[in-house]
Amino acid sequence: MKQNAVLRRSPAGAKPLRHRFAGALSRYRWFYLMMIPGLLYYVVYHYIPMAGMIIAFKDYSLGKGIIGSDWVGLDNFRIIFNSPDFYELLRNTLLISLYRILFNMLPDVLLALMLNEVRILWFKRLIQTVTYGPYFLSWVIVYGLAVAFLAQDSGIVNYYIRELGGSPVNYLASNDYFRPIILLTDMWKNTGFGAIIYLAALATINTELYEAAVVDGAGRWRQLWHITLPGIRDVFVLLLILKIGHIMDAGFEQIYIFLNARVYEVGDIIDTWVFRRGLEELEFSIAIATNLFKSVIGFILIIGANKVAKKLGGSGIW
Amino acid sequence: MLHSLYKSKSDRIVDAGIYALLGIFGFLTLFPLYYVFVMSITPYSEVLRNGGFIILPTSFTVDAFQAIFSSKTVPQALKITIFITVVGTFLNLAVTTLLAYPLSKKFIPGRNNILIIIVFTMLFSGGLIPLYLVVRATGLMDTVWSLIIPGLVSTFNMLIMKTYFENLPAEVEEAAKVDGCGDVGTLFRIVLPLSAPIMATIGLFYGVGHWNAYFQGIMYLNDKTLYPIQVVLRNMIQTPNVSQELAISNPMLLQTLPPETIKMATVVVAIIPVLVIYPFLQRYFVKGMLLGSIKG
Repeated sequence: MKQNAVLRRSPAGAKPLRHRFAGALSRYRWFYLMMIPGLLYYVVYHYIPMAGMIIAFKDYSLGKGIIGSDWVGLDNFRIIFNSPDFYELLRNTLLISLYRILFNMLPDVLLALMLNEVRILWFKRLIQTVTYGPYFLSWVIVYGLAVAFLAQDSGIVNYYIRELGGSPVNYLASNDYFRPIILLTDMWKNTGFGAIIYLAALATINTELYEAAVVDGAGRWRQLWHITLPGIRDVFVLLLILKIGHIMDAGFEQIYIFLNARVYEVGDIIDTWVFRRGLEELEFSIAIATNLFKSVIGFILIIGANKVAKKLGGSGIW
Repeated sequence: MLHSLYKSKSDRIVDAGIYALLGIFGFLTLFPLYYVFVMSITPYSEVLRNGGFIILPTSFTVDAFQAIFSSKTVPQALKITIFITVVGTFLNLAVTTLLAYPLSKKFIPGRNNILIIIVFTMLFSGGLIPLYLVVRATGLMDTVWSLIIPGLVSTFNMLIMKTYFENLPAEVEEAAKVDGCGDVGTLFRIVLPLSAPIMATIGLFYGVGHWNAYFQGIMYLNDKTLYPIQVVLRNMIQTPNVSQELAISNPMLLQTLPPETIKMATVVVAIIPVLVIYPFLQRYFVKGMLLGSIKG
């Protein structure tokens, strides 16, 4: 890249590196100056917080500050790994993530495949427009909708249960219903959006392939199996890698907004726990140690998943 | 995709099934929104008369909307949210552009290293609590800036914009240089006018993000008068006492309104702006998203 710059901009490129760098700095000074606000942002709000994770190895007290607080080595991690709560959090986090991969990736594909079969264009556009609208609504709004339907006293579902002589169920505070509600609302909000990327991949499939298949006497299902599905395989694998890499993120914002103390057993995830432990109980060290554990696992997973994808012959993410 | 000159009977049945399923899916998407809207405008008397759900109210009332707009809380929250949406989006676009443009120039020394440093933040993050400590240390607590500055640049949006700049024809910029335009002049006079579609796309991404901002509100704000609309809405949905949450000057207004109606009217108020810009969102973001899926 440096060579490239030299070739393009200065034919006399044999100067010592230091001079070349100084030269570039002055030649491109406006470009470097432009980047300053953005780079400052990354340093202050991304890299300093990363450095702040050393609190995980300290007994942080507000009075002493980060530098002044005592080092405690791995004590915080010992506390976490010896706490039974932690395994519940880990289980909830992984389970909800896995459910999301299963129950939210497949509807995305299914919607895209169905839309792809539609020949009436206005109908296709209509359904697409309608289904990806909710993507732009906030989780708070989605929660409001869920309350309108599922609340114990005023929800429409319980209204009909009462009408039919049943006893109302407090769905939003029920261990049995919490995860299904999370998955269903996620599906409602994001399926239309998720389908777009598959539709784009489907649009790039060469139509000659289908024509040849018809000549060979392949029916609808054989075309689906041999042409359509292979056409979206790469995108599917790519998204799967990304989701596996983010398996420790079970959807903080949504879960936090839907969560209440009665469903911690099935719904409390690492992020929500860190949030409460850190910002409500001010146990910064424990909270940050938990978060560091999560970030490291996430990082390893995404690097690993990318390697696996490349091994399998895909292109990977980078 | 079925390519065939004629369709067999079983193919037609499958087709019918697909259309029906899609229709049902579309209906299920719209129905909750419709239900909430109807709840927000149905007079209490009619709710009482019919008990539960009303599909087509015979009369409607905007009392609930009058009540929430005459309150202190909701108009104040809307003011805050509109401020962070307008000012925040402008700042987002400015800083993102100024970062993405130089990074689209492959000949700049150090570019790859800077890109690696930036992209790394997508793979590893310090997490919530250290960020909170930094926001506090930089003096943003209990200011509207805490809702803007900590999310100034979205790496994903920056990469999309960079890709867009990279794909602009290089000749145009070179011609500008020949005419004596500096790097900054080229950006503002040549590149930006060519970048309206990408600015619209990214601006809408950022704008919707600000409108929907919730977490920053509960993390960085103690002062209730700074709460954005999503925080107020969440509190409203949870509260057993709507009139206290609203800080309403004339509680009489609430006498004839059930709390559910007020709550749903607030949900509608939060939905409407998104609905209004939705046609634009739809036009731009598919393009933006597909651009983003191109490797940078």
